[in-house]
Amino acid sequence: MAQHNTLRPDLKHIADQIKPGSRVLDLGCADGELLAWLQANKAVRGIGVDVDVMSIVACVEKGLNVIQADMESGLQSFEDGSFDYVVLSLTIQAMHNIELILQEMLRVGKVGLVTFPNFGFWENRWQILIGRMPVSETIPYEWYNTPNIHFCTVKDFDKLLTKMGMKVDKQVVLHQGETVDFLPNLFGSLALVQFSACAK
Amino acid sequence: MTNSVGIVTPQKIVFEDPIHLSSGYVLPHYELMVETYGTLNADKSNAILICHALSGHHHVAGKHAETDKAAGWWDNMVGPGKPIDTNKFFVMALNNLGGCHGSTGPSSINPETGAPYGSSFPVVLVRDWVETQARLADRLGIKQFAAIIGGSLGGMQALRWSITYPERVRHALVIASAPKLTAQNIAFNDVARQAIITDPEFHGGDFYLHGVVPKRGLRLARMLGHITYLSDDGMGEKFGRLLRSGEYKYGFDVEFEIESYLRYQGDKFSTIFDANTYLLMTKALDYFDPARHYGGSLAEAMRQAQAKFLVVSFTSDWRFAPSRSREIVKALLDADRTVSYAEIESQHGHDAFLMEDAPYMAVMRAYLNNIAAEIA
Repeated sequence: MAQHNTLRPDLKHIADQIKPGSRVLDLGCADGELLAWLQANKAVRGIGVDVDVMSIVACVEKGLNVIQADMESGLQSFEDGSFDYVVLSLTIQAMHNIELILQEMLRVGKVGLVTFPNFGFWENRWQILIGRMPVSETIPYEWYNTPNIHFCTVKDFDKLLTKMGMKVDKQVVLHQGETVDFLPNLFGSLALVQFSACAK
Repeated sequence: MTNSVGIVTPQKIVFEDPIHLSSGYVLPHYELMVETYGTLNADKSNAILICHALSGHHHVAGKHAETDKAAGWWDNMVGPGKPIDTNKFFVMALNNLGGCHGSTGPSSINPETGAPYGSSFPVVLVRDWVETQARLADRLGIKQFAAIIGGSLGGMQALRWSITYPERVRHALVIASAPKLTAQNIAFNDVARQAIITDPEFHGGDFYLHGVVPKRGLRLARMLGHITYLSDDGMGEKFGRLLRSGEYKYGFDVEFEIESYLRYQGDKFSTIFDANTYLLMTKALDYFDPARHYGGSLAEAMRQAQAKFLVVSFTSDWRFAPSRSREIVKALLDADRTVSYAEIESQHGHDAFLMEDAPYMAVMRAYLNNIAAEIA
């Protein structure tokens, strides 16, 4: 079993889903932590995508293949079905065109892996209840400086996938890196959803 | 001089083997002007070839004499401790065949006639340059380059290398380049060429025999080129509508600073560059289209390559726009080749590839450090 105690907890759970030797596209790859780990430990062939040039520099420093691009307009650089997994980690909540990116993920890849902060987490609900916008470990911004524009709960995300003809293959809800099995939409602050297209 | 390769001396290398050019012309022998920096290691694995752009030459870094005002054209990129680190790499650059900075070109004496080649100098293509560069590498015993790097027309040479000699290129760095010119690009080139050809002192390319130089044409060609290498924003920031005297003169002399700048650049260029070389280099740009030999598919062309690629573009470059670099990236991805791509935010237009922009330098440094580690 590969060691991944150095990996950020949510990335560790993504890494667990990925089969060795597969092809992985990591959207919003930031400094390439996940890809670097996957290459070193699971021999994946990976490509990162990020809009920020400093992320590109960080990835190149790690010897990763990385493409600077704005994903809001889709993934035109990539051909249909060229990846086994397409990862979008803690990025979807900051994107404008969510339906497009989900569609694109399953166009270029077989399986999508998305992580997002769960707005249904009880602390978030509590803060709304007492009249404030939530600020928490997974949503660490004030309302006026947040890059996040599209919050959802675990239930909302499932509903969107269904609407789009996609299905959830696996769902892991986490809090502080630990899996939450009891009332996940209430007690999990971070969700990981693995999804694919419904058979036609 | 810190971080500089210091005082360098170019070297003329003579090739006695005839070269069969793409145009069908055979050049019986030729010379290339070459400059190198750093030291070639024992297994000759640390060589980097830098390919020059349109008006470029072999003098990339350092100075030829202490008194030189300016250093080589890419001195900010090449030197000890710089992104292309001459402590690690053996860097070589040359003036391309057809050039006017020491390599055999239209102004050279044709040994068969004893007169300058002039209009009889053949058209050379990017692939011909690659051929001469490969022979130069053979001469030095370099079987494979650690990297071949070029901006603009230089990037096209790097691409061509990776297709023609896949096993001889470890990495290709293609900067501010394009897989082929657009109609607009070709149009600009032709206006520049027409400015030269219609200069009364051009004499059909044989002006050397008349003891004159088509300066006006070259000057116009360069002024036009210069406008296309800058961005509107960059030009606006630098010059705006600044007037030299502070007021309108209602005449046709230089009034705006931008006019003064362009005329200065044009004048300078017309005294140091050869008109026939300008025609040749712009033609090489126009003809470049590696996909042409692969049923129009750039991906098919790139499938020949074994190199790993770094592609870089600049946001304000409208002459070779980022979308053109993305075509290269897409073709490489479609061909399942290894590629990284950076799109650098810059105001400097096409010329940005020669500027010292921090993220750009950081990407280059990071990529080249990895190459150095690979070959160590």
